Amino acid sequence: MTEQLFVHGAEWTVKELFCYPNEFIYWSIQIVMYPYMTGLVAGAFVLSSLYHVFGQDDIKDMARFSLVFSLALLPVATMPLLMHLQQPLRALEPLFTPHFTSAIAAFGIVFSTYAVIVLSEIWFVYRKFFVEQALELKDKPGFKNAFFCRIYRVLTIGAYDISDEAVAKDHRAVKILAGIGIPVACFLHGYAGFIFGSVKANALWMSPLMPVIFIMSAIVSGIALCMLTYIIIMEWQKFWAGRKSSATANEIAGAEVDMITKTSKYLIGFLIAAITLEMLDLIFRGYTAMKSWDILRSVMYGKDFMNIFVLQYGMGNLVPFILLLMPRLTIRRTFVALCLVLFGVFMMRWNVVIGGQAFSLSFAGYMHYHLPIIPHNLETFKEGLFGALTVAATPFVLFWAINKVVPSLKSTN
Amino acid sequence: MSCSRRNFLKTALSGSIAASLPLSMFKFLSPAQVQAATKTESDTRWGFLVDTTKCVGCGFCVKACKKENEVPYDAPITRTWVERYVVTKDGKTHIDSPKGGRDGFVARHEDVDPNVEITKAFFVPKLCNQCENPACVQVCPVGATFQTSDGVVLIDRSWCIGCGYCVMACPYGVRFFHPELKVAEKCTFCYHRITKGMKTACVQACPFGARQVGNLKDPDDPVTKTIMTERVAVLKDEYGTKPQVFYIGLDTNVR
Repeated sequence: MTEQLFVHGAEWTVKELFCYPNEFIYWSIQIVMYPYMTGLVAGAFVLSSLYHVFGQDDIKDMARFSLVFSLALLPVATMPLLMHLQQPLRALEPLFTPHFTSAIAAFGIVFSTYAVIVLSEIWFVYRKFFVEQALELKDKPGFKNAFFCRIYRVLTIGAYDISDEAVAKDHRAVKILAGIGIPVACFLHGYAGFIFGSVKANALWMSPLMPVIFIMSAIVSGIALCMLTYIIIMEWQKFWAGRKSSATANEIAGAEVDMITKTSKYLIGFLIAAITLEMLDLIFRGYTAMKSWDILRSVMYGKDFMNIFVLQYGMGNLVPFILLLMPRLTIRRTFVALCLVLFGVFMMRWNVVIGGQAFSLSFAGYMHYHLPIIPHNLETFKEGLFGALTVAATPFVLFWAINKVVPSLKSTN
Repeated sequence: MSCSRRNFLKTALSGSIAASLPLSMFKFLSPAQVQAATKTESDTRWGFLVDTTKCVGCGFCVKACKKENEVPYDAPITRTWVERYVVTKDGKTHIDSPKGGRDGFVARHEDVDPNVEITKAFFVPKLCNQCENPACVQVCPVGATFQTSDGVVLIDRSWCIGCGYCVMACPYGVRFFHPELKVAEKCTFCYHRITKGMKTACVQACPFGARQVGNLKDPDDPVTKTIMTERVAVLKDEYGTKPQVFYIGLDTNVR
């Protein structure tokens, strides 16, 4: 019996009717987290690019914040993969011996390209700030100042020219990088969609629409998370500012409703695109009614009805859609809507990844996933609730650390 | 005619280079000749023949396979398995494979109503199809799983990262994670045996000759002869994987 416990997937899979003996839910919660986190990265970046490329000035503060936040999310996109691999120590092999017929093989390359773009864009945005800080802290006493001075000096990479001409050049570089970044961010995430969409053995996943659906929902989730984090931080500052006398006007202001309203317009736009594509996919499957449709229908309209139609489309799409479209948008209402949007996109990832494994390849049986909650070995931790929560919490910790050096929340006015 | 030292040396050098060039350098080869000369293709293509009409579901093949290939005996995963199909008069198909059929089918299928007449029932052994166009090899991000020149798909256990993409990509569900080695695992047609002239463990263990392994490139091989002369079918050809395990007596209910 103990031997049985070590079969990957057997722990959280319950089979019903006929499934092949080797079938289990091999891709579990971490593979739900993977496209979710990559989607957040891509979405956060696209939001920041709206300002940098298309000159949407009214979301300037949000754009700076989301750029830095996408950096904080970036390393976290790889975390679920590491947690999921059976041989995590071999994680770098896809870079050493990439087998390019595989959709996963180029992940490292696409991912690092994207990382380079994000890092260099942030550098250009904050270069002037780095130089100013390095010069300002130079002669100040104290260990902390010396420490930060050193960090900023390293961050300038020796480029101390902050004449108007040089800064103008920086701005141009930012614009170009943000411009390149949009397709790369979309590619990074569309690519995650391709990983699923190209699995011909899986009736639910195989769809050429999958990458596009993933990109749209990624942008939706990225914008939602940035808005949400922004609101929380600004309102938190406001709350604390109210308690101390030295508060600045900026701190007291809290989150700006105008900016939130504007950003939520983008959110709604991408949300409509995402839902349209998902519906198209669903209708097409039903209309063509291929061999797999019988089992797919029984999963979608039967076993997973709650997950798909109530939680994902109802709670995650329809309710926030109405909340955001109702007149006189308030911060509080936006907050609720954003939480629901994030939940909806998570459920979409869940329904794709877990839902795709909810039926047997034999089309004659079902598999039910039971998320391990209390871990009793490393595997049930990694691929359980706590593993997923670890992944979800990390970007906020990283953002806190990055924000010490790169203050993305200071208003530019 | 004047002959300076420089000219003499020049002529002598080019003359000796020209003389050292073999005439065959200038011979034009046809692509077919080149291919024949640099031949890497094997003259073996391993294939498998399952005669479902002979299978009685004893499970000896599963037992033999687990022991031969060191797949944990009681773990619910297996390189090969046997499925039982029971079609009843009410039109329902009942499929099961308890423990992969390892211990035989001693009990009645749980879901079959004893009062309903059984119209047909049969066993179908399953194993890796060693596809000509294997989806699992295509999706491996590190090339740890590969196709040998004689057509068998193998896994490099020292290089597999355990991402599970191959497991998801196989339409036949033959792949799983080895519980001890933590890498992808599947039937190899007992490559260590067949390349030494032996039969696979399951073929050797089958008391009824329901399983046969052979070289599909050898027209005199009994397996090849049967495939060429009799009506055979493969599983799930709609996936375009070109499976190389052929079945006699396959039914429309077989998944």
